[in-house]
Amino acid sequence: MTKNHQMFFKMLFTLTVIAVLSALVLSHVYNLTKEPIAKAKDNRELEAISEVVSEFDNDPFAEKMIISTTDKKDKLEFFPARKNGVINSFAIKTYSNSGFGGRLEMIVGFYIDGAIKSFKITQHQETPGLGSKADEPKFKQQFDGFNPSKHKFKVRQDGGEIDAITAATITSRAVIDAITRAINAYHNFNTGK
Amino acid sequence: MNKNSYANLTRGIIKENPTFVMLLGMCPTLGVTTSALNGLGMGLATLFVLILSNSLISIIKGFIPPMVRIPAYIVVIASCVTVIELLMAAYLPTLHSALGIFIPLIVVNCIILGRAEAFASKHGLWQSILDAVGMGIGFTIGLTLLGITREILGNGSIFNYSFISDSASPLLLFIMPPGAFLALAGLIIAFNKLREGK
Repeated sequence: MTKNHQMFFKMLFTLTVIAVLSALVLSHVYNLTKEPIAKAKDNRELEAISEVVSEFDNDPFAEKMIISTTDKKDKLEFFPARKNGVINSFAIKTYSNSGFGGRLEMIVGFYIDGAIKSFKITQHQETPGLGSKADEPKFKQQFDGFNPSKHKFKVRQDGGEIDAITAATITSRAVIDAITRAINAYHNFNTGK
Repeated sequence: MNKNSYANLTRGIIKENPTFVMLLGMCPTLGVTTSALNGLGMGLATLFVLILSNSLISIIKGFIPPMVRIPAYIVVIASCVTVIELLMAAYLPTLHSALGIFIPLIVVNCIILGRAEAFASKHGLWQSILDAVGMGIGFTIGLTLLGITREILGNGSIFNYSFISDSASPLLLFIMPPGAFLALAGLIIAFNKLREGK
């Protein structure tokens, strides 16, 4: 074997050993953290749900239902909140693709009569300091008790009754879009039964 | 601690500060520092990766043929970053979601590969760790200062503690990408003035 050959096999061997060792370590860490990661994600969602619905004593996760959007293309998650066995409010995990930074995910809570209670944005790529204000009380407050079937559920610029966030009209529209999607899916689900 | 170790530890903090002097790792520097907390979190995450990768590379440097050292280092660094990302997602989910895409991007942060190539591949384990700690602290200080500056100017708060009223409008520009350059430039001027003054 020439010197070049030896060098070649040495390089091959070293890189293979490093790659195999890294793969071993990674698979081990992945297995170790798989459960805590899933738990952390569930916790975040449960926290968001508790924030947007009335007081409950059931496990909304256990009673999770899947409802489909009006165009049947997508599925949303529906979580009923019960107190002493009676449903007092419910949460729907919904989304909008028309945010300023693309997709926006949120959990929105409703009173049993269909009025909005509150919402919590779980994932977004809106501009920090502008669109990200959609998750602050100042903007959220006006949604509490707002019933979209009785009022015009649009931002003022579009002839509705919701005050958009200053300099973030697109984000405000996306929030309304996401909530509207949840409402329509819920109506579909109710009448379809 | 002897003089050499001391020099290796402090080099990254002032003389060769990665943010203010070497201008390395600009992508996370400009990208995540919209708030002081994000800057601090990113700095600490990089610090851990740096310590881990510098130690590993210092240990394995004897086995790696020089011709394939860069791919070998990248595999080691990428593994370190992935391990830290998984641990973060599991035990610090809030910070993980705040830093988002920037954690996987630590892999291509030039500070990490730069220190592996320029320092860890030529020095022993202990000195490499000192170097990593120094560089990591320097980077953390840089990012935190930038985060503090941008948060104060752009959001009227510091570490999420707001000191202006709701109706006041802060200089939003500083939270947006162009503001990152302006704030960084200001800090570099101040840093250089301070160093010259010595």
